[in-house]
Amino acid sequence: MDRMAYIAMTGARQTELAQAVTSNNLANISTTGFRADLHGFRSLQVAGEGASTRHNAIAETYATDFSPGATVTTERDLDVAIAGQGFLVVQTADGGEAYTRAGDLRTNSAGQLLTAKGDPVLGDSGPIAIPPSTSITIGTDGTVSVQVLGQGPQTLAAVGRLRLVNPPLASLEKGADGLFRRTDGEASPADASVKLTPGALETSNVNVAETLVTMISLARQYELQVKTMTTAEENADAAAGLLRIR
Amino acid sequence: MNQALWVAKTGLDAQQTRMTVVSNNLANVNTNGFKRGRVVFEDLIYQNQRQVGGQSSQNTVLPSGLNVGTGVRVVATEQLHTQGSILQTENSLDMAILGRGYFQVLLPDATLGYTRDGAFQQDAQGQIVTASGYPIQPPVTLPPQTQSITIGVDGTVSATLQGQSAPVQVGTIQTVDFVNPVGLQPRGENLYLETVASGTAQPGTPGLNGLGGIQQGALEGSNVNVVEELVNMIETQRAYEMNSKAISTNDQMLQFLNNNI
Repeated sequence: MDRMAYIAMTGARQTELAQAVTSNNLANISTTGFRADLHGFRSLQVAGEGASTRHNAIAETYATDFSPGATVTTERDLDVAIAGQGFLVVQTADGGEAYTRAGDLRTNSAGQLLTAKGDPVLGDSGPIAIPPSTSITIGTDGTVSVQVLGQGPQTLAAVGRLRLVNPPLASLEKGADGLFRRTDGEASPADASVKLTPGALETSNVNVAETLVTMISLARQYELQVKTMTTAEENADAAAGLLRIR
Repeated sequence: MNQALWVAKTGLDAQQTRMTVVSNNLANVNTNGFKRGRVVFEDLIYQNQRQVGGQSSQNTVLPSGLNVGTGVRVVATEQLHTQGSILQTENSLDMAILGRGYFQVLLPDATLGYTRDGAFQQDAQGQIVTASGYPIQPPVTLPPQTQSITIGVDGTVSATLQGQSAPVQVGTIQTVDFVNPVGLQPRGENLYLETVASGTAQPGTPGLNGLGGIQQGALEGSNVNVVEELVNMIETQRAYEMNSKAISTNDQMLQFLNNNI
């Protein structure tokens, strides 16, 4: 059988996967703190008999786009956006640490500070618990202070400080749950230079125009692969025609 | 089948839900004590198609893998329990809570509901009830000869009776507070129900221990910000269009495949 058809088929299949990555970016256009995935293609030589003429294309998500999203003011006490680089630290179900930029925080009935996904947010000394309070204020450096229920504004008490970290972006990998983890296994110490914008949320950083253009370009690339498959079929047809006895 | 189609479909679903929440907020722009909702999106799990750092041969590792996200979902529609605007109505049974707290009412199934809607009325027995007829808890009954009613900041209800010059105290209105009001479950009829997430109701005297005081002759309006909702609506519509564009592009790809092979 003609090997050309298989090369084109792999190309088409990998283009479909890349299209899925693009669609996922578009689907998460309204997800708070979402970071777009960047995809690319790599050529992989097909080893085997004959001349080394063939290369398969392999789709891969080689990186995450860490450029900042837009900041939207919400005026909610527990909404925070990270100004510039940096991450919030959350505790995952397995007890490990992961990083996120989604700052729509909430409390549970025990007063524990959680992300929208339900993971506890870590402060400088473990998870933060907020006592029943009249008002909650989160400072630009992550200090959480509350006015305890039944006491006046003169008794503003600091209950903890959000741990803000700034690990090197190259060491971060997006996990299956969309949270970031360090691949080098090192701990990230609190970084005082990371600042918060309280009462605001950071939107997804998906660039709509770019993503739509990528999508169209991938669709055309796909058609090109299909065209190659058709050409392979025509070639085989012509070869069969030569051998046909008239 | 084509994975991208299903990923884009989750985007359409999520934007549709957001549109419903925005429409509900706009529909309740004049509802007393209404707390606006907000959808919270979350990215679905990532499928690891090719592990980064995997061995590509005995001596080499793959420098990057292929993680394909599976779309988006609405993880929560949370109610934002911020104070709505206060409207002066001069109606003696209208009450607004200035700050934290909820009125407690008895539902027909003998459970308790909680509301910020202070548009109370009297029923045939003189009980103070909500617009739906649910009595306030603990119950306050106004005597038949009541001329005028005064409700204090701390919830004390006093009535001036016919032929008497001194007002008499006929009851007290209690309000309740929750550790986590966002965890309350909206039930309709301007009512909220207690849940595990909200914590148990803690009754108290209005104006004390952090509970907001009661203002008579005023109502708390809806806390919907119309401009914000309209901007949300525009954003939702455009995001919906982009996701449907992704579906039609993938459809064309498959169509091309079908027509040419």
